[in-house]
Amino acid sequence: MSGNLIEVKDLKMYFPVRTGFMKTTMLKAVDGVNFSIKPGETLGLVGESGCGKTTVGRALLHLYKPTGGEIYYDGNLVTEKNILEYRPKMQMVFQDPYSSLDPRMTVEEIIGEPLDVHHLYSNKKERREKILNLMELVGLNAEHATRYVHEFSGGQRQRIGIARALAVDPKFIVCDEAVSALDVSIQAQVINMFEELQEKLGVAYLFIAHDLLVVRHISNRIAVMYLGRIVETADADELSDSPIHPYTQSLLSAVPIPDPKIAKSSKRIILEGDVPSPLNMPSGCAFRTRCRYATEQCAKECPALKDRGNGHLVACWNK
Amino acid sequence: MSEQMKNEKNVPLLEVIDLHTSFKTDKGEVKAVNGVSYTLEAGKSLGIVGESGSGKSVSAYSIMQILDANGHITQGRILFKGEDITHYTPKQMQDFRGKNCAMIFQDPMTSLNPVYTVGNQITEAIRIHSDKSKDEANKAAVEMLKLVGINDAERRMKQYPHELSGGMRQRVMIAMALVMEPSILIADEPTTALDVTIQAQILELMMELQKKLKMAIIIVTHDLGVIAQMSDEIVVMYGGRICERGTAEDIFYNPCHEYTKGLLRSIPSVNNMKKKLVPIAGTPINLLNMPKGCAFCSRCDSAMKICLTEVPQELRIDKTHLASCWMNVKNGNYMKEAE
Repeated sequence: MSGNLIEVKDLKMYFPVRTGFMKTTMLKAVDGVNFSIKPGETLGLVGESGCGKTTVGRALLHLYKPTGGEIYYDGNLVTEKNILEYRPKMQMVFQDPYSSLDPRMTVEEIIGEPLDVHHLYSNKKERREKILNLMELVGLNAEHATRYVHEFSGGQRQRIGIARALAVDPKFIVCDEAVSALDVSIQAQVINMFEELQEKLGVAYLFIAHDLLVVRHISNRIAVMYLGRIVETADADELSDSPIHPYTQSLLSAVPIPDPKIAKSSKRIILEGDVPSPLNMPSGCAFRTRCRYATEQCAKECPALKDRGNGHLVACWNK
Repeated sequence: MSEQMKNEKNVPLLEVIDLHTSFKTDKGEVKAVNGVSYTLEAGKSLGIVGESGSGKSVSAYSIMQILDANGHITQGRILFKGEDITHYTPKQMQDFRGKNCAMIFQDPMTSLNPVYTVGNQITEAIRIHSDKSKDEANKAAVEMLKLVGINDAERRMKQYPHELSGGMRQRVMIAMALVMEPSILIADEPTTALDVTIQAQILELMMELQKKLKMAIIIVTHDLGVIAQMSDEIVVMYGGRICERGTAEDIFYNPCHEYTKGLLRSIPSVNNMKKKLVPIAGTPINLLNMPKGCAFCSRCDSAMKICLTEVPQELRIDKTHLASCWMNVKNGNYMKEAE
């Protein structure tokens, strides 16, 4: 399996949506997604809201039951039946540190819960030691152990969430907008912590976010999603410096650069209109309704991801 | 007469002088804005940047006097074309809002009324502020919707907010705000809830309308990218006070306050994306428990003794650039009075 830690093949996640009386339509949140992640690597997954990036993360961990496709961990197929075996190896950090932690549990209980579930200690003393080690790892003081979540700031809560994910010693963590709710100065603290943990523990990340500058900073490779499909994947620098897909180009040009001279002089490719509803997807390439280069072929057939050299994959007929 | 006209020319469009705004809470008085001063020239854009709890939004709400019931302006003046508006009666304020100064908010879904149509809400603003008839108001509203880039404006007039996408709703908000052609538009995190490509559309639209209608913009945001793109001048706030103000170039290329420097170090650098971020240690300040000296001193690497005990005064770094940091005093990095 060429040394990939995570391999996702043709992942599909459809949700039934009631669209009328006795009528349901399938919402194709994720429609045939392929990617792989090597041990200790960070893959950034970007796209606009509703493109399915969060659903990819959740279906990958079987938090949703995927409609189709295969997920491999270290070459082994992960299914609904054996997912419990793989849970200690694959964890998740959620976006909102306010709602993803139980307000009635102390920090010790929150971080200890995964240890209890997976029976990862032999006695109480060992459990306590493990918890304190984890807290130290994410930069929390031992005295915080008996406190409740509401006593912490947003950045500290995110640290608790990360400590909980790390409790089972995972090799892979899905970070779903893990720094989006934080202030800029705190965001940098948490991003640095993710990087340090990766160096120390060798974990791989699927880093889902909409902030492209942050994703570019933290990722080795980046995948761009649009309406349930990946349209371009490449090395982080290559994708940012020479994007090929028209959607990636406009997405990157839309990012406001924190530098007045560059920001005021740069040419933006402003996309017309909004993202189409996933319930009513355009035929062929989903992006064609907003694309400057769209041709007849785009309406007929959906382009597949093709290698343009150096593992730079692009799904577009015209570029 | 000529004297007066001369004066009027020199008077800035909006001048905020030593503004203090407090909220009375069960836990005590929260001084959300603590002595803030800035000026806005006609047709220019001013960016106010800061983290949550820095008082950036409250300072904007104070101008419009739309604070929560427990919030009050306790000190300071807000001059609009030289006239103090802090003592305006509610009726005068209502006139000021909309005609002279309008505001758009972060979340267009919660700031539009879900039970009225778009047309209804825009014409309401017109009919309150002018004596236009229903038909005239309708016409003006359709014109405005077209101006903010909404196709098929007549049909949109009859739709409800829930039928529109996020970007479309923010366009409607902008149309509503600008329908009386105010000279100031205050935008409080106008694109924070939107996707990047939609954000680019809205920011572009705001700049275009600014030129067309010759209005001034105050944009309040935590996003340094948006600030860099939109502002002529920037005010950096922390803990209810201004750290530093100046032109966009001053702030980004020659930051003279430790907080601004820290903020710029904690975002990925454009020139070197892989460079390690340098975060600001600690957590944002609790406004209920303000230190005696500089609000930032507990998180500042360069804090000195004086920072703990005395609030730094605002010093002029150069013609356009002011900063409140004791480091500038220590290093002699300011313009002496005599110059």
